[in-house]
Amino acid sequence: MTEPNYLTADYTLRSWFFTTDHKRIAILYFASLTMFFFIGGAAATAMRIELATPQADLVSDDIYNRLFTMHGIIMVWFFLIPSIPNTLGNFIVPLMIGARDLAFPRLNLMSWYIFMLGGSVTLFAILAGGIDTGWTFYTPFATLYSNSYVMVAAAGVFIAGFSSILTGLNFIVTIHRLRAPGLTWYRLPLFLWSLYATSVILVLATPVLAITLVLIAVERFFGVGFFDPRIGGDPLLFQHLFWFYSHPAVYIMILPGMGVINELVSCFSRKQVFGYKFVAWASLAIAALGFLVWGHHMFVTGQSLLASLVFSFMSFVVAVPSAIKVFNWTATLHKGSLRFDAPMLYALAFIGLFTIGGLTGLFLACLAFDVHATDTYFVVAHFHYIMVGGMVTAYFGGLHYWWPKITGRLYSEYWARAAAILIFLGFNLTFFPQFVLGAEGMPRRYHVYPPEFQVWNVLSSGGATILAAAYLLPLFYLGYSVFFGARAPANPWDAPGLEWQTSSPPPEHNFDVQPVVTRAPYQYSRKFEAKPQNA
Amino acid sequence: MPDSPAVAPQFTSASHRDETAELGMWVFIATEVLLFGGLLLAYFVYRHAYPQGFVTGSRHTEIVIGTANTAILLTSSFLVAWAVEIFSAETRRLTAGLLTGAICLGLAFILLKGIEYHREYDEHLVPGIDFRFTGSLANGVQLFFIFYFIATAIHALHMIIGIGLLAVLALLCRAAPSTRRRAALHSVALYWHFVDIVWIFLFALIYLPGRSAS
Amino acid sequence: MWRQWIPFWHPGVSPEGGDVDLLFAGLLIASALVLGLLFFLLALFCVRYRAGNEIDRENDEAKSWYWEVSWTTASLLCFLALFVWGATVYFEIYRRPPDELTAFVVAKQWMWKVQHSGGQSEINALHMPVDRPIRLVMASQDVIHSFFIPALRLKHDVVPGRYQDLEITAQRIGHYHLFCAEYCGTAHSGMTGEVVVMEQADFAAWLSQQTPTSSLADEGGALFRQLGCSGCHSAGSKIHAPQLEGVYGRPVPLSDGSTVIADDKYIRDSILLPRSQIAAGYEPLMPSFEGKVTEDQLLRLVLYIKSLGRQP
Ligand code: HEA
Ligand code: HEA
Ligand code: HEC
Ligand code: CUA
Ligand SMILES: [Cu+2]
Repeated sequence: MTEPNYLTADYTLRSWFFTTDHKRIAILYFASLTMFFFIGGAAATAMRIELATPQADLVSDDIYNRLFTMHGIIMVWFFLIPSIPNTLGNFIVPLMIGARDLAFPRLNLMSWYIFMLGGSVTLFAILAGGIDTGWTFYTPFATLYSNSYVMVAAAGVFIAGFSSILTGLNFIVTIHRLRAPGLTWYRLPLFLWSLYATSVILVLATPVLAITLVLIAVERFFGVGFFDPRIGGDPLLFQHLFWFYSHPAVYIMILPGMGVINELVSCFSRKQVFGYKFVAWASLAIAALGFLVWGHHMFVTGQSLLASLVFSFMSFVVAVPSAIKVFNWTATLHKGSLRFDAPMLYALAFIGLFTIGGLTGLFLACLAFDVHATDTYFVVAHFHYIMVGGMVTAYFGGLHYWWPKITGRLYSEYWARAAAILIFLGFNLTFFPQFVLGAEGMPRRYHVYPPEFQVWNVLSSGGATILAAAYLLPLFYLGYSVFFGARAPANPWDAPGLEWQTSSPPPEHNFDVQPVVTRAPYQYSRKFEAKPQNA
Repeated sequence: MPDSPAVAPQFTSASHRDETAELGMWVFIATEVLLFGGLLLAYFVYRHAYPQGFVTGSRHTEIVIGTANTAILLTSSFLVAWAVEIFSAETRRLTAGLLTGAICLGLAFILLKGIEYHREYDEHLVPGIDFRFTGSLANGVQLFFIFYFIATAIHALHMIIGIGLLAVLALLCRAAPSTRRRAALHSVALYWHFVDIVWIFLFALIYLPGRSAS
Repeated sequence: MWRQWIPFWHPGVSPEGGDVDLLFAGLLIASALVLGLLFFLLALFCVRYRAGNEIDRENDEAKSWYWEVSWTTASLLCFLALFVWGATVYFEIYRRPPDELTAFVVAKQWMWKVQHSGGQSEINALHMPVDRPIRLVMASQDVIHSFFIPALRLKHDVVPGRYQDLEITAQRIGHYHLFCAEYCGTAHSGMTGEVVVMEQADFAAWLSQQTPTSSLADEGGALFRQLGCSGCHSAGSKIHAPQLEGVYGRPVPLSDGSTVIADDKYIRDSILLPRSQIAAGYEPLMPSFEGKVTEDQLLRLVLYIKSLGRQP
């Protein structure tokens, strides 16, 4: 054997739990996120089983309310927000920019510990008796009426927020300061542009969530507070503050996915991403405009007509950069040499599902339609199309794409493709019927519903079973590959990015010689061979 | 990690490292700005809704203590800036002394704040614990005091963290000044100034509305 | 068993319903076109340019900005059109209603309490005449609820601490679902009811069959005396307080120089937050009744003061 890589450098537990190596921290995150995904997914599956019949026969109303709350909280804050940034991002960012590590490695480790602390507190809240406010914590229900573990769960989310902030901070500083010689901004792979935009949101939006949760805690603890209507406080102010964070947060949950898709689409069509600069700036435009649309969650609360008008308009405007990206990815395929390995299947699924989710977002941004559709399953379907169909799909795509780099092993292409297709089918069967339900008026967060909605609910529940099985598959074949898979070469996809120019898995210090970047990303020869960025 | 002469491997030089750290501090301050931003937004919404209540609430604050605290903080910021300015191997005693001065002022601030809280408690102005302000403007006044306590408590928390950081630096600087410490001092000074500026905003919003001409 | 197979779409039965449905159809068509184009291109490229397929890929990398600009403007224009359309219908839905037939809705965990102005009250049901707009004045006793009638394509949140109006009209007789759409705790999904739309004559008959104890306004009058309002607000009172006869609907000059129309919201605020708006020429003597009156009682008080206004 040659020199040890980052995995074989040391085997002690200490070398894992006190590591400052971004690659090992990425693995720590990966393990914890997988756990959280399965916890959140188990709650979802339980909900779907309950919803197969119109009556309450599996769980009581209180339990159901706790299920979707826990599902939302776990999936959003403990899975989707950290998913791509903290696993793939952590691993790939320094490699992509030719650096030895992130700017603040110890901070990076600390943010994992903070994340785990937040996660444990939240899990404790769930085990202690759960929380039933919905992931949105609306006041005055959450502050004055709910008798569940709101404070504990809010504390968990609050703590995890710091982990987000620190990660964002680390990425911003790293991308600014640690780029390899020759790596100008316009030579950065688009994954980094999107992570940069994501980090800006993480740093600027998360503190608003933090302060909002503090206000909630104060109100709950002292029985009086800012949002208390009894003293003339305004419950809607809470919603403004919450969505001021949470709308930008939905872009935290899609931008990294879009970044991954750029890498996949370009690599598997053997072509430069079409309109590089437009895509790059579109990421920043989404991050910036995303701060101006939060009121579109409040069209029926009685906010002023003018405000609704402005927020609706801005929601359409923020869709433009997303449209630019979708068109550019499609154009990238044109005259390429397309290969349909598993990551590419995920990328294609992403484009389709994200667009459906995005377009239905426009339905909701359309004032009059939202009056009917808000708080119905139409909204549920909208965001699952984007978050599961989009972001989770991108996460799986990226995971497969970089798997050989991360583990140094090749997985079974056959199983990987089968899983990708199964996920796609199961997903659509789960969530498409929910559009119909929503359009027909089935409210969300209902576990008892009028019987005429049953047919569509049964379809959806059936789909969820397929989806659950499909999500289990990678656990097996990826797990298998770690121990028995064939050894991966340094650059199995023949991609030009810097991360592929070091061995798989990379050595502890990432590169034997400091790479010097000489060309733009995504360059391929006429014969569709990659031209490495540093040669 | 001990202060090893070698620069961590992800940096090319010591100055590279220090500039990176400073950028990190700026980004962190951006985060903090939005933390207080959310709170200030709530303040303005309610001040707009209950103008009289806020003015009345403001009149019940301790302007003397507030002003004294402003002066104290400004002075401490000045001391910290001075310490950054003169930092070098020869002046390490003075540096440490200046930082200690700033720390003492910070502690004085906290102490005065405590006295102020106590007086408000005696006047039954603490919402949720003992709030007995009745009469026409009770709601607005109560909302004002909720803001007052949350904002000043969070600010005081920042002060305490800042004092802790300054204390660590004062000890380190006394021991052995190095360029590494200079960067750290620089970052902590930035933080301290930021906390100071937040106070100036809070001062204007808390103590002044009831006292402007009208 | 599955009682009914619901088709993809039931048409809405309110005047806005038709517009919303049309908008929905428009959105569907626009999306179908976009998606159709997109999927067609994706499929086409995937087949034509699959690796190993011998096909002309000569590519002089023409300037891409031409394309970028055109699809950006195309989507922007398309979005603008949709925005304007959606906003127009929205204004239609929430336009300020003139004073029609009114019903009061009090939401609380977990039921809807509806009161007609004649004093008839019902729980988890709303009877209404067909083709006649009725104005709902809604209030919540505890947390946020949302009044949602899918068949009418209408919904409005009911936020504690304020009144909300919603004007609804139903154009077809029948029974329709009433849902609480904002999550409000344990039995949120049980907070449902039905809207019964009847012929106008049937509705009148229904109203008269219900036995109202007394009209809401009368009950309000009783409360007015019971709570001691009359102690200040009656002609013979020693305290200098405004006469409430004829206040409703009139502009009231306030001590800060502004003027407001004395509508439901103003009266409500005067009772709960008397200091927020002081009538010009009066001392802020009135105590707050916050926490001392329930939403039900408030409605009656407001109605009583309103009825005073009607008398010449
Ligand atoms: C990753 C998460 C994510 C993302 C990216 C988005 C993206 C968008 N969302 Fe979504 N949204 C959520 C997650 C997300 N959303 C969640 C979680 C909720 C519910 C929260 C809750 O209440 O619990 C929600 C709710 C929500 C609402 C409120 C619904 C309600 O409660 O009433 C609205 C309303 O405007 C909305 C709109 C949009 C819009 C306009 C976009 C746009 O950014 C989409 C832009 C993309 C496209 C438009 C597709 C590509 C475009 C083209 C191919 C162009 C061509 C098209 C034409 C020319 C027509 N979303
Ligand atoms: C952010 C990411 C995210 C993700 C990935 C998902 C994933 C899924 N979600 Fe969720 N969802 C939300 C975010 C997310 N959701 C949010 C924010 C809400 C709103 C909450 C609220 O109202 O407050 C919501 C609400 C929500 C509802 C509405 C509840 C209601 O309003 O009453 C439903 C109902 O069908 C649902 C279903 C699902 C399903 C079937 C999946 C599937 O994709 C999950 C598939 C994954 C697995 C199933 C795990 C892997 C497989 C196993 C572990 C197999 C073994 C387990 C079993 C067989 C039990 N979700
Ligand atoms: C202690 C005396 C007092 C009592 C008791 C009292 N009010 Fe008043 N009320 C006043 C005074 C004084 C004003 C004028 C100052 C103001 O606008 O607050 C007023 C104003 C009002 C107004 C606004 C009228 C206008 O012209 O602007 C309404 C409506 C009203 N009261 C209703 C009530 C009702 C209903 C009750 C009982 C539940 C009540 N009041 C009890 C003293 C009283
Ligand atoms: Cu009331 Cu939900
Ligand atoms: Cu949003």
